[in-house]
Amino acid sequence: MQPKTFQKIDRFARDLPAEVHATVYDGSKSTSEKRYDVLWRDFPETADVLRETAGQIKQHTLEHLDQYLEQAEKSLTANGAQVHFAGDGDRANQIALELMQKHGAKKLVKSKSMVTEETHLVPFLEKNGIECVETDLGEFIVQIDNDHPSHIVKPIMHKNRRQIARSFEREGLGAYNDDPETITRRARVHLRKKYFEADVAVTGANFVSAESGRIVLVTNEGNARFCMAATKLHIAIVGIEKLVPRDKDLGLFLNLIGRSGTGQQLTVYTQFIAGPKRAEQPDGPEEMHVIFVDNKRTDVLASECREILRCIRCGACLNVCPVYRQASGHAYRSVYPGPVGAVLSPLLAADKFPELADLPKASSLCGACNEVCPVNIPIPDLLLRLRDKGKREGAKNAAAGTPPMGMYAMMASQPSAWKAAMKIGYAVNVTPQAMMNVVPAAQAWTSVRQLPKWRGGKFRDWMKKKESE
Amino acid sequence: MQTAMSDDRTQIFSRIKTALAPLPQRAALPNYARELPICRAHPEFSELWELFSHKAKQVNGTPLVGLATLGSWLHEKKQTHGYCDRALAERLRAMPEFEGITLETEFDRGRFDDFAFGITLAAGVIAETGSLILKDESTSARLGALAPWTHAAIVDPATIYPDTVTALENLGSDPSVIWATGPSKTADVEGILIEGVHGPGVQIVCLDA
Repeated sequence: MQPKTFQKIDRFARDLPAEVHATVYDGSKSTSEKRYDVLWRDFPETADVLRETAGQIKQHTLEHLDQYLEQAEKSLTANGAQVHFAGDGDRANQIALELMQKHGAKKLVKSKSMVTEETHLVPFLEKNGIECVETDLGEFIVQIDNDHPSHIVKPIMHKNRRQIARSFEREGLGAYNDDPETITRRARVHLRKKYFEADVAVTGANFVSAESGRIVLVTNEGNARFCMAATKLHIAIVGIEKLVPRDKDLGLFLNLIGRSGTGQQLTVYTQFIAGPKRAEQPDGPEEMHVIFVDNKRTDVLASECREILRCIRCGACLNVCPVYRQASGHAYRSVYPGPVGAVLSPLLAADKFPELADLPKASSLCGACNEVCPVNIPIPDLLLRLRDKGKREGAKNAAAGTPPMGMYAMMASQPSAWKAAMKIGYAVNVTPQAMMNVVPAAQAWTSVRQLPKWRGGKFRDWMKKKESE
Repeated sequence: MQTAMSDDRTQIFSRIKTALAPLPQRAALPNYARELPICRAHPEFSELWELFSHKAKQVNGTPLVGLATLGSWLHEKKQTHGYCDRALAERLRAMPEFEGITLETEFDRGRFDDFAFGITLAAGVIAETGSLILKDESTSARLGALAPWTHAAIVDPATIYPDTVTALENLGSDPSVIWATGPSKTADVEGILIEGVHGPGVQIVCLDA
């Protein structure tokens, strides 16, 4: 009702079709409940110890990142992988393209990777004549619909089966049928051909062990495994924050990521990749490349919000978040939605920070995101730090929906003005609400809130009486 | 490309060092008990295989005991043509339960739809999670364990690891270690669980007792 004072994210929530809202709400709520049940069933006394320890390990790794990155580079090289570094997304894309061109590769199958969403790898490669196919079912549907993922783990949480069935019909994958099993089987048949035709597999990495150079990939569908069985060239594109010190630490992270993301004790496929295939193995990549990508992560590391780099992309904070459930992922207008996105996206946006400065405000600071986080990121604290940054930098989006506080600041710093205001305030009790809505500065609050009765100055009176007693 | 890339490397390391320099102190690597990530919330079993079976069934895996049982299972499901690891084929062909079942020892990717099942050798199983372990060293063909609708992994009773922590300690030097926990699955469409997305719709672990 108040477009003028709405934050951008509020407008998305307001305009979200009821059907999508219901899908997102039910999907995130049920996943969140499952996460809670499974984690606390399996670790009734130590669930929080697990989360806290995992958080400490990640924080330690980040604060020694130069050391661990160098160690990982050595271990990966020893495993027979070739390591590349890319300062930004464009460099990462360019390196990947050059590798493919060197191998005469024309067709690519890809498993889900958030960092390649950041770098816009697929549109870049397509422009350069490479056929790219997303193989995760959700990402495949996002791709054919020319859409964007709305969730880190469940990219099509915002779509229902009827929409998907229409897309499949349009793409010639069969007559309209909205049975989820039929949809899945059709994708299986279609993508199978793509795997066998492809020259190259592009994956991300969920974890990289600095100690052994093992890249760990987790999926449920088995698509990353298929990519790694059918093709001859493997390119892993990995954010530099994905490191963990030792293989032993993977025990904690693997036990947390499945439970946190989807309420599973372990994801169906957990792959530990340490270089190209063995010579006697007929299937799989003969060459492995790892591209470590910075893309503003070192800026985040230098910021007051470096804890956000602990994130293992499980999506638990999205599922539990009351704002995400109302607004859905596209409201965050960036690769990373939800509470993690409200911190990470404005930071990764760098000089475009002002455009996303409303995201840190889209929170009641209820703290649920922190409680569910498998690496215990203090997201509410980070949101406050970013609100502060937005205000200090005068970002317009950081102020949308907030009345100017200049008058308050003046009164609060001058006792006489304050005393006078306490008296004048009683006028509010006899002013009709409709009249107050006329004052633009007050509108942002008064239009959606009932004011309590003004009782200004009562505390001072009470205090004075107490003192004289 | 080489120069540009090494520039990127130098820059990233220098940016990390600059970012971390102002920190008054760095977070220490926590010490934690080896047992911390091990889940013990399950009924007591006297045998690890029983715990494995219990966990595998929870994720719709199919634990079987004895190769003969596998032969009967395949007959029952009318799956009579598939891939089999060369190291197992002779033994299975000699068994009466495998009579009438054709075992090919090469996985021909040109005829990937011809294989109803793939029989491979597991490198072990994890009791705590109901997972089977596949390694390049012991899995004769990655595709044979992945493309057919039914995958049957044969496991040696000496390679049942109690938990994920022990399994991690035994990753060895193999370039490809896979833990597969139940059949391939998705819940991407409206959160409804569907099995058999890209990988097997039936995941059998057969104890070679």
